[in-house]
Amino acid sequence: MATERERGSSAPDEAVPQRGGGAPHELALLERLRAGDEAAYEALVRTHGPRLLAVARRFLRSEEDARDAVQDAFLSAFRAVDAFQGGARLSTWLHRIVVNAALMKLRTRRRKPEQPIEELLPSFLEDGHMAAPASPWRSEEMDPVERRELSRLLSEAIEALPESYRNVLLLRDIEDLDTEETARAMGISPGAVKTRLHRARQALRGLLEPHLREAEPE
Amino acid sequence: MTCREFLDFLMDYLEGELPRGESETFETHMRDCPPCVTYLDTYRETVRLGKELLCPADDSIPEEVPAGLVEAILAARSAGDQSPEK
Repeated sequence: MATERERGSSAPDEAVPQRGGGAPHELALLERLRAGDEAAYEALVRTHGPRLLAVARRFLRSEEDARDAVQDAFLSAFRAVDAFQGGARLSTWLHRIVVNAALMKLRTRRRKPEQPIEELLPSFLEDGHMAAPASPWRSEEMDPVERRELSRLLSEAIEALPESYRNVLLLRDIEDLDTEETARAMGISPGAVKTRLHRARQALRGLLEPHLREAEPE
Repeated sequence: MTCREFLDFLMDYLEGELPRGESETFETHMRDCPPCVTYLDTYRETVRLGKELLCPADDSIPEEVPAGLVEAILAARSAGDQSPEK
């Protein structure tokens, strides 16, 4: 049984951009936003909206929720634009904000009963060997149709993970947050992030294996 | 080291977080246990496929936000006094 120290802080921090090197056109846009230029707000939404919506859709099942999260994210960004130091990439800052908005939206949704993660993890014999030894996977190049099919299978497999594991996997492996950032966003300890990430990857591997294992020689 | 222990420490090994002595024990197990090597390879492949297939490239992201969303965001900003906080 897990001995994770689960709860850290309550709500995720607003993403705080770090100094790093904003592009000149971003700095100009920031100046216009800070001056209250209406056209600049629209430009920000039109430029970054598509990517932020793609991120929100990865976390939220319903299109309406995904759009709400994007709206919440932009409104948070508008309010916090003066806190943006202009040194980070605007896209990175907005990405962190929409991730937090999507997680907040998830917290307001009633959770469905979930399959315990243990049922998706490898099982072992008494001597410590795997009960079902891993099989090698196909390694040949995929054509576009196979890639689309695998992409669909992968999305379904991630969807099948318990939510707290799925969110850690999405944040770490897909959205590219580091362990500390993920811990803050989820309100859990870095140790719990590592435990959940490893279990989520193992569960995902197990869900993909039937579709990807090499064919048995005839 | 058993296969169960190998799987428990797999992520730490891949991220270079195992102490040297434990890393060596881990690698000794790999030499003796092909199923665990296969497990490690497919675990890595799982992570790689996720990054490759689910992180959309720029050219697969729609060029525009859906009709109405831009207007809804700008209207909410106007209605809610979303000017930057001074």
